[in-house]
Formats: sequence, structure tokens, C-alpha cells
Amino acid sequence: MISDRLTKALLFSASLLIVLVAAGIVLSLAGGAVPAFREFGWRFLFINAWDPTDGRELYGALPFIAGTLITSVIALIICIPLAFSTSLFIAEYFRGTRASGVLSSLVDLLAGIPSIVYGLWGFYVLRPLIVNLGLSEQGFGIFTSSLILAIMIIPYATSISSEIIAMVPSELKEAAYSLGATRYEVIFNVILPTSRSGIVAGFILAFGRAIGETMAVTMLIGNSNSVPSGLFDTGNTMASIIANQFGEASGLKLSALIAIGFILFVITGVVNGIGKYIIKRFS
Amino acid sequence: MKKLLIVTIGMALILMSCNSSNSGKKGSDITITAAGATFPMPFYNLAFKKYGETSGVTFNYGGIGSGGGIRSLADRVVDFGATDAYLSDREMADLPAEIVHIPTCLGAVVIAYNLPGVGELSLTPELLEKIFMGTISTWNDPAIAAVNGQAKLPDTKITVVYRSDGSGTTYIFSDYMSKISNAWQQQIGTGKSLNWPAGIGAKGNPGVAGTISQSAGTIGYIGSEYAFAQKINYALIQNSSGNFINPDVNSVSAAARMEIPADTRVMVTNSPDPEAYPISGFTWIILFKEQAYNNRSVNRIGESIKFLDWLLGEEGQSVAESVNYAPLPDEVSSVARQILNSITYDGKPVKETLPQ
Repeated sequence: MISDRLTKALLFSASLLIVLVAAGIVLSLAGGAVPAFREFGWRFLFINAWDPTDGRELYGALPFIAGTLITSVIALIICIPLAFSTSLFIAEYFRGTRASGVLSSLVDLLAGIPSIVYGLWGFYVLRPLIVNLGLSEQGFGIFTSSLILAIMIIPYATSISSEIIAMVPSELKEAAYSLGATRYEVIFNVILPTSRSGIVAGFILAFGRAIGETMAVTMLIGNSNSVPSGLFDTGNTMASIIANQFGEASGLKLSALIAIGFILFVITGVVNGIGKYIIKRFS
Repeated sequence: MKKLLIVTIGMALILMSCNSSNSGKKGSDITITAAGATFPMPFYNLAFKKYGETSGVTFNYGGIGSGGGIRSLADRVVDFGATDAYLSDREMADLPAEIVHIPTCLGAVVIAYNLPGVGELSLTPELLEKIFMGTISTWNDPAIAAVNGQAKLPDTKITVVYRSDGSGTTYIFSDYMSKISNAWQQQIGTGKSLNWPAGIGAKGNPGVAGTISQSAGTIGYIGSEYAFAQKINYALIQNSSGNFINPDVNSVSAAARMEIPADTRVMVTNSPDPEAYPISGFTWIILFKEQAYNNRSVNRIGESIKFLDWLLGEEGQSVAESVNYAPLPDEVSSVARQILNSITYDGKPVKETLPQ
């Protein structure tokens, strides 16, 4: 009896601690952001400027919100066909074979590579490639960052999708085959409709990861603090501006950075919430 | 499991014996803590090591940026702070007590570029303004060619590379640019981070250097201590006397041969000295003028003052030169010494009250 109560108390305090830590982070972010919102109001979200010059300080989150959302959406668009085909390969076409085993471990390996290593590779290999293709003058910018982000989130989308696809009951598929359906028809008429919500949720969670990515993006995006004007223009993201400027920041600038951190937190929370809702709603 | 335990205990014993042999060398077991600018860190670290070898004092320096150094000193968690930009009157007033600035060496900002086939490049203040503000956009612009008669300038687009993080390097560079250009002063101004009209931002001196060395057509500014240690092309800059100056330890030192105020709070950019490299600046150690606070031991205070005295002397300054910083000219080090001598313990000059 005592051991039972003790366990319960231990488990309860452990989970309470996590709730407290999460609440503490939210509160301190919100508290630190107050001076910036007091100075600029809700316009802070829509100001397209980041001017730290003494005497005419003006900070806005728009360049970074735009940079984050644009790079993440493009990364998602690039990621969807690649991750979807790979997960079909692993979980359906070559299910249980050696090839699919090797491929799925390789995909897992991609997930384990630290962000900074992706950044290095992007800087020394991907960026010169883009310059040589004549796509942009120096290779820095939205497109290069989106490419590297896409490669980084493919493993997340792939592993979730392939698990969901593998979970489609074989009775359903066998029934379709026995009616004379081709593999193509089985995929698009049986597997996809059954696993759609899970796959969508997987992509949304991958998108959430792209939003928060920092180092690799900092090394490739060009770090210019204005709303990008095109695919090959330079820009900046929310995570990257914080990583770049928190060190020497104080006063209003520090508060603006914390406010951006708070907005990033809210956006990531909403995206994850949507992903979880879809899983719950359609499964 | 047993083996692991034995190995762990063995390693712990070895570590302990190392420790005791160290402290046995000389009587003093004082640790002085400091924090601040990353720019002079290679110099300070080597100076700490050299000074520690003879005195037995150990140092603990946190390279957390000038802003962090000022905050740490204000909170009185360090013996001294280090900063690349001197404190404004307003910042000084915000501190709990009076502080002094002691310059320790000079550094410079070099203008690095990547133009295949162009080994030497000369730039005038007007060209710097036009290039960094984006009014000249290609390398073969007649204005650049007029100053660089021999060079074969390509028709590549100019890409400016700047620091994306807040930095003392940016501060020195923008202070110089504000002095030579009205347009710069009005549109961009002076600061540790700026509102750049165009170009690519990269993090830290290594980031800017890496970006420039990797892509043709780029130009940017890099801390001299970093640039001198790397194989990187940098431009000769025309100084206020009209001479084109190559940044090196001597020309950077020369920048401080000008009238220095008694508290040394001055930017020596665009120096009037005819041999000076114009984009140069001091780096300072800051400490409270009254050292009796927080119950710090008298020995500890004495040791930190003795160290600073050593740092300003011949030995300390030669350490600076060995890691590519420019030593203080004699006039400046005598001003710095006077400031050091003005530091008090309980109202009396430290030098008189403390055991030497």
C-alpha cells in the first residue's frame, strides 16, 4: 500500500515538474517580451524593419516570420514527394526486404546528423552548386535554406508515413488485390485513404521541425533583416536572428528578440496542435 | 563493473595528483575572474598563461561579449570586465560605482576581399562609402579603377559581407565610416549591429572570413587579429593624411599616436597620424575605481592590479604583439598606468595599502 502511494506521489511530482518548467518558460518569454510589445504594440508583428541604431531603434518581427514561413513551406513542398515515395518504397513496395531495411536505416541516420553538419555541407557543397548552376550570384538565400531544410525534415516525414502505411490492415489490401486491383490502384484507392490523416500529421510535425531549425539556416540564408523579395533573395528566420544577436543585445533589442522567441513558440505550438488534432480527429 | 570502478578511481587519483603538483609550485592559490569581449581573448588567454606561470595566480576569463562583460562587472561577479567599446556617460551613470577604463592593446578592422587575379587593392574613404552603401555595384567601376591603375578588375558584381551578430568589430568599422561619410552617419550610423542596406550577413569573424574566401566578388570587414592569422587578401586604406596604409602591427599602433583624453575613452579611428591605419581601435579592461567591495581578499585585489601593471609593461605588450595585436604606444601606456595608479582600496591608492 505504502509503495503504491509512494509511486503515485513520485510520478505525480515528476510530471508536475515538467508542467512547471513548461509554464516557467512561457511566463519568462512572455514577461521578457512585454517591453517590445509595449513600445510597438501589435504592430510589432507587421513592422518590416530591424534597425538597432541608437536613437532610432525600430524592431519588427515581419521579416523573420516571413523568412521562417517561406523557407519552411518551400521545404515542405520539396519534402512531400520525396518523403512520400520513400515511405511507400519502405512500407509497401519493398516491405520486409533487405533494400527497405537499408533504406530505412539510412533515413534514420539522416535524422541523426546534427544541424551544424548540414550547414557545413550546405555551405561548402550545396551553395557552390547553386552558384555554378547560375541560379544566384553568391548562393545564399531562401532557396538554398529551403533545400537544406527539406533534406533535414525528410527523415521525420518518412519514418512517420512509413509506419502509418505499414499499419494499413493487410485484409483491406488483399481484398482489393482479389478484386483484380493493380498495385497502383491499391496504393491510391486503399492505402492512401486509410492512412491519409496519419501521413498529413507526419508532414505537419516535420513542418514544425523546419520552423525551429537554426544553425544550418543561419549559415545559408544570408541573414539580411528584411522581407525577402524572391526565391533567391537573402532573408532571415526567427530562430536565426535570435541565435545571431542575443549575445550583445540589451534593453529594447533584447526584449524584441525575446518577443520573436515567444512568437516562434506560439507558431510551433499551433502547428503541433494542428498535427495532433488531425491524428485524433481522423484516426 | 569492477574494472570500470578501478579505472575511474585511478583517473581520479591521477587528476588529484596533477592538481596538487600545480598548486605546490608557488604559494599563491588566488583565482581572478574576468569576463567580456571575445576580440582580445587570444591575447588575454596567453597573457594569463604567461603571467600565471611565474606568479601562480590562476585566471578565469569568460568570453561572453563586451555587453556581458559590462553586465558582469555591474553585478560585481568578476574582478574586471573587458570591452571593445568604451562606456558612454549614460552607461557609466547606470553602474553602481565609478569605474575606470584601462586600454590594453589596439586592434584593427581590415577590409578583406575576394577577387581572383587581384593581389593588391587600394581603397579611399569615398570608395569605402560607395561600396558598402551599394552605390558602386561592380568591381570594374571607373571610380575603383582610378585608384587601382594596375589591377585587372573583373566585371563581377560586388557583394558586401557583414557581421550578422552584434560585435565590437562592427562598432569600430561603423565608427570609422561615420567619421568619413555623412551619408553613412545619417543613414546607417554607429553601433555593434547595424541596419544594412544590402549584402550577406555571416556569424562571427570566421563566418565572414569563410564566406569571403569561398565566393568571388565579395568584400567585407574582419577583425585584424583574425585576418593576420589567416591567408586572406585585404585592402590598403587611404588615411586622413592621404597615404595608403597596409594594416599591420606598426600602422595600427600608430593610430593611437594622437591626443588621448585622461580617461582614454576615445575612438582612434581616422587618426591624424600620417602613418596610422585608419580603422583601428583600443580594447579596454574595466574595473571599479574603489576596489574594497564584496569582501574580496586584499591579496586578490593586489594580484589583479599587479597583473594589469604587468600587462601594460614590456612583457605584457610583447605577448600582444605575438598574437597579432598592436601594442600601446608609450604615451598611451603611461596614461594607462596613471589610471591604474588612481585605483583605491578603502579610499587610499592600492599601491600604498596592499602588500606587494
